[in-house]
Amino acid sequence: MTGVLRRLGLALGLPIVLLAAWWFASANSTDFFFPPLSEILQSLVEEWFGPRLAADVVPSVLRLAAGYALAVVVSISLGVLIGTSRTVRGLLEPVLEFFRAIPPPVLVPIFMLLFGIGDGMKVVVIAFGCMWPILLNTVEGVRAVDTVLSDTARTYGITGAARLRTLVLPAASPQIFAGLRQGLSVAIILMVISELFAASNGLGFAVVQAQRSFAIAETWAGMLMLGLLGFLLALLFRVVENRQLRWYHGLRRAQRSS
Amino acid sequence: MLDVRGIKKVYESKDRTVEAVRDLTFTLQAGELACLVGPSGCGKTTLLKIMSGLLEPTSGEVLLEGKRVEGPPPGMAVVFQEYGRSLFPWMTVRENVELPLKQKKLAAARRTELVEESLAAVGLAEAHAAYPWQLSGGMQQRVAIARAVAYEPHVLLMDEPFAAVDAQTRADLEDLIRDLWHKFQVTTLFVTHDIDEAVYLGQRVLILSNSPTVIRDDLAVDLPDQRDQLTTRSSPRFAELRARVYEQIHRAKTPAAEPVGAGATALPTSADHGSTEF
Amino acid sequence: MSGPPAVVSPAGSPPVSDTSAALPRAPRRRSVPQVVLGLLGLLALVALVEILPRIGVLPHEYFPTSSEIGSALVELVGQSTFWTAVLDTLQGWALGLAIAAVAGVVLGILIGSSRITRELTASTIEFLRPIPSVALIPIAVLLFGTEIESKLLLVVYASFWQVLIQVLYGVQDIDPVAQDTARAYGLGRWARVRYLTWPTALPYVMTGLRLAAAVALILAVTSELVIGNPGLGKLLGTAQSSGAIAPTYAIVVVTGILGVLVNLVFRAIERRALSWHPSQRGELPA
Repeated sequence: MTGVLRRLGLALGLPIVLLAAWWFASANSTDFFFPPLSEILQSLVEEWFGPRLAADVVPSVLRLAAGYALAVVVSISLGVLIGTSRTVRGLLEPVLEFFRAIPPPVLVPIFMLLFGIGDGMKVVVIAFGCMWPILLNTVEGVRAVDTVLSDTARTYGITGAARLRTLVLPAASPQIFAGLRQGLSVAIILMVISELFAASNGLGFAVVQAQRSFAIAETWAGMLMLGLLGFLLALLFRVVENRQLRWYHGLRRAQRSS
Repeated sequence: MLDVRGIKKVYESKDRTVEAVRDLTFTLQAGELACLVGPSGCGKTTLLKIMSGLLEPTSGEVLLEGKRVEGPPPGMAVVFQEYGRSLFPWMTVRENVELPLKQKKLAAARRTELVEESLAAVGLAEAHAAYPWQLSGGMQQRVAIARAVAYEPHVLLMDEPFAAVDAQTRADLEDLIRDLWHKFQVTTLFVTHDIDEAVYLGQRVLILSNSPTVIRDDLAVDLPDQRDQLTTRSSPRFAELRARVYEQIHRAKTPAAEPVGAGATALPTSADHGSTEF
Repeated sequence: MSGPPAVVSPAGSPPVSDTSAALPRAPRRRSVPQVVLGLLGLLALVALVEILPRIGVLPHEYFPTSSEIGSALVELVGQSTFWTAVLDTLQGWALGLAIAAVAGVVLGILIGSSRITRELTASTIEFLRPIPSVALIPIAVLLFGTEIESKLLLVVYASFWQVLIQVLYGVQDIDPVAQDTARAYGLGRWARVRYLTWPTALPYVMTGLRLAAAVALILAVTSELVIGNPGLGKLLGTAQSSGAIAPTYAIVVVTGILGVLVNLVFRAIERRALSWHPSQRGELPA
């Protein structure tokens, strides 16, 4: 019981102190750029969890989900193909490294040329930008499948689709998840950026609108909303990852303690 | 049953050529338990990989029940030395044993039966739901053995399976192999670098030379069929056999001390020269 | 704190080693060296970009050919505005990275070396870290306009976490036996940091720096593109909005090349700085 309380105290202590500090420091703030936290929170609840939730937050999240899902499917399939063949890997690795090194937001102007300014463009921007870390990590994970494990599978006649399902994908999954995690943060960034350029709704669009019209409390609240979204997605990701990689974390612990 | 005919394996890389296996020929009879022993680095693993169809020989062939081995044959199971890397860490013990059976398209009831029987046979009836990495090294190797046995192979190949476990566990596992062999009557080839282990386990011991490898000796082990760690290992006959194997291996390692019957090898890198003497 | 994959670098080190192949591989065919293959791949990309718009598979009005991008690039390289932009970008990148690195290392060691501070800050870090740096854009614009500070704010925020997280992992990686030994020999707090904490954390710091360097470049260019600070990003925005298609692509290529260079340099530094370190000799899972 005391253990739980202690953990709770440790987890909540600093955030409470920080929030309280912000609250009191800004309480009587007359600084135009730093409105009182109470105003920001009010705006967060009234605006962002009010009408803007359906109007802006949901469309953003849907585009994010579509783009990310597209990237995941394409990159993992391509990654398996590329990772399996030494020759293909050799041919494509520098090309992929180059594409990965391009800061994804610079693609927004180009994709606007190609795909216009609709939802399609935003989904493609998100997908194209976040696919490289996923793709390269999948390639690396597939390449590094343990040789003994691979021999074992061969001697038991595990080939083709079964090999992919029972050996290659699970073996590469720690790497793939590392890529997926990086890809997710890139995807969130691109969700916002793609809405800054050409959009009529969305979180990024609304925050910048607020900023341009000098609705300062709403701008701060929008930033909090973005932070909250990032945090929640990271949390969700962690839950999925912990489920899928339970074996891996267990294996690592076992190796470290031995 | 299992014929190895004139196997030769030469590894080539850019700047050197290594003749790992020169010329190996032997036959395993059905139901036999043979041990293959040789000095470290003598190409045992290469040979085993060729026999299991994982590696192409440079020349020669392996026949399993009269059929030429090209790629891993269905009737063969292999237990590798690196138990930690041959079990699927994302699968439980049960799933690990069951996987090859699923691949063989066995019915679920039959699979369950085989999994339970083989895990019980290796003394792991309680560990179905554990992950391999939750078990000790010896237990992990037991799982790998159970998986091989459940597969109902015609031939079981074991590549130094106990080289990485501690001495006590090793003795237990050796007895386990004898038991399983009695119980399932599988033709077994057990590769080891441990002379005592080879003599203790086998009905027959094949002694390999240093690389490039040839067979130096093919020794029948006339110890009683029921063996146990204490009495068998302390029997005079065990000591004699052990000494004989030791002598062969020792000579294989110090070619200078030996009446050379072989031509010089074409190997610039290897200081050791093989012998074709049997 | 989440599990080990968080420490996996973008290129990634395999979680399971494959060092069993002590023997040279059997040569089935003369294998082409990877470098040659890689060059072939790049050449093929250039050729494709040349041919596809020409034969109309890709719409030529939006897809300039390789040669057009190439000549736009040559033209750019001849202009002083281009080089000013490159320097502006690099300045923001380097300054932001340096601030993030120092802050990340100092805070990481301070927080990481005691259990209490680690536990106290864990939840806050876990909340702040996933906040997308671009969320700061509005406030950066409000406070600093297009001055370099707004760029730095984004760059520092994004790359700081990369360093901090790695340092925290690194500091926790200290061998307890070495820790006890150091205490037993009466090493003071500072000496312990100097001779124990720092060397242990160093490989992690280097990994963090490499990750941070890549992130910092992305944010520098992004900030220029979105906020309009001078630099390559702004140049790109201008080129695009004035309909100069080939130069737009050329600048994208330049940012890609910069990214590759940053990666290569930091990977080399990482390797060189750590050639003596046990972590580079390969941590083999038993």
